[in-house]
Amino acid sequence: MTALTLTKVNKSFGSVHVLKDIDIEVEEGEFVVFVGPSGCGKSTLLRVIAGLEDASSGEIRIGDDQVNLTPPSKRGIAMVFQSYALYPHLNVRKNMTLALKQEKQSKEVIDARVEEASRMLDLGDYLDRFPSELSGGQRQRVAIGRAIVRQPKLFLFDEPLSNLDAALRMNTRIEIAALHRQLAASMIYVTHDQTEAMTLADKIVVLRDGRVEQIGSPMELYNNPANQFVAGFLGSPAMNFLPADLLAEGDMRTLGVRPEDLQLDDMGAFDAKVGHVEHLGGDTNVIANIGPHQVTARLFGQHDVSEGDEVKLGFAADKAYYFDKDGARLG
Amino acid sequence: MSNSSAQARTNPLNTIAMHGALITYTLIALFPVFVILINSFKTRKKIFREPLALPDADSFSLIGYQTVLKQGDFFLYFQNSFIVTVASLFFVLLFGAMAAFALSEYRFKGNTIMGLYLALGIMIPIRIGTVAILELMVQTGLVNTLWALILVYTAQGLPLAVFILSEFMRQVSDDLKNAGRIDGLSEYTIFFKLVLPLVRPAMATVAVFNMIPIWNDLWFPLILAPSEEVKTLTLGSQVFIGQFVTDWNAVLSALSMAILPVLVLYVIFSRQLIRGITSGAVK
Repeated sequence: MTALTLTKVNKSFGSVHVLKDIDIEVEEGEFVVFVGPSGCGKSTLLRVIAGLEDASSGEIRIGDDQVNLTPPSKRGIAMVFQSYALYPHLNVRKNMTLALKQEKQSKEVIDARVEEASRMLDLGDYLDRFPSELSGGQRQRVAIGRAIVRQPKLFLFDEPLSNLDAALRMNTRIEIAALHRQLAASMIYVTHDQTEAMTLADKIVVLRDGRVEQIGSPMELYNNPANQFVAGFLGSPAMNFLPADLLAEGDMRTLGVRPEDLQLDDMGAFDAKVGHVEHLGGDTNVIANIGPHQVTARLFGQHDVSEGDEVKLGFAADKAYYFDKDGARLG
Repeated sequence: MSNSSAQARTNPLNTIAMHGALITYTLIALFPVFVILINSFKTRKKIFREPLALPDADSFSLIGYQTVLKQGDFFLYFQNSFIVTVASLFFVLLFGAMAAFALSEYRFKGNTIMGLYLALGIMIPIRIGTVAILELMVQTGLVNTLWALILVYTAQGLPLAVFILSEFMRQVSDDLKNAGRIDGLSEYTIFFKLVLPLVRPAMATVAVFNMIPIWNDLWFPLILAPSEEVKTLTLGSQVFIGQFVTDWNAVLSALSMAILPVLVLYVIFSRQLIRGITSGAVK
């Protein structure tokens, strides 16, 4: 069964067309990540699904019900916000139970759900505290707990990790993944961070300028990007793009090679001058210039390369991607 | 907060200069009040002979207070002033905040125009419309009722209230309001339970700005509600000021007593002004 179906969804603010003919399906229990650069409409899309914005046209179905005109609280969703958005005047327990009280759930049900959520998220000690007395990570967990107690058909996460520091972000990411396995619930997660997208998603939706660029599993998108934008957006460091002209005179295509496929190779096709080297211990990132073009090669292990070295870079033919001048992928 | 600000002014010269300036200003501001207070406890002769002297055993007199209280209607005037001020403040804050919420929260055609229109009142003194207001009150039969004053003061206070509050409400996190919507709170609950507590300092500012002009106003009570049973304190005190003879004991005593309630209200609001509870709502 599908948890969410979007059909030809459009959204305009006045004359600004923000979402253009969005078609997405989310299966029951699936973890779907919307990813894209800022301003691509991913948060607006999430708001349209939540019912905080009305779609200008198109159909939104959650489960079997068309919800275009259903208010947010009746859509069977729960949302976790970037800024946590905890109610400052309520303690943790009341923050979590407010929605259930609005739904007129019995006290036993409410207590049981809070009990379960606080066990899952380790919130037992904080239930009587106020949001102002919690750290960022704890607030985020309360925000997630507030979503869990509702037992929604669909979880919506709006960049939930971007206010956390790097170490905490990684931990929370793992917690969210664990939570998804545990709850087996359908989740939609918006982020501009491609690492979060790759690590969390069952399915990634790449958006640009209000359009869906490609939908697929992380590895599908990584190995088989539909166009230059998707190829460049996923993967870190990003894919290198060079004019194919460098290899064969008159070739108008753009050549794409992932940093890990670009190797130091005495027989390599490119003469390059090393501009900068990042020694990461496990990896070595070599940033080199091929004529005016900057490329990154990611070498496994430790290598004795330093700035100013003249090197030859090569790649295996089957690791190359080609794009036409509009960015579309060529066979 | 207090820690960092303490560190910021470690220079003792700065501290002394700052406190010096503040203390000087306080003394200047409080001096007239002080003179009114001490003279209200003196005999008439002493008021004129030594206006700055403290009351002593010789000059001490409660004659002013006795006159005011004997006048009998003083408590009624007092009550009228109080009702008018509190009711006007209540309506200014309620309607001002509601209008501000609508202007800052909802997208609708003419939003900006509406905001500017509501703010226009800041620049146009309401007294220009006195004649029209009086005609209106006569036609609606509200002349010589407290409602006449309450309605006028509410209208007078709204423009600034809407202006200040809508600025503050724009700063309240959208996520918080949206979280409320997803949790099934009505727009009214979001307004009263989530947004209002967060703009409480702004509400207190608006209240203080409005309270004192309303309490002190003589113009509208004189024109719209001059009859005995709806006189306000300021208007009531005028009976002691005659064209030829002024009973200064009574005037000063009445003024002294009139200061008290404003002082109490001010203390209540200014505590709200200082106390912000926004911390922890959003990052």
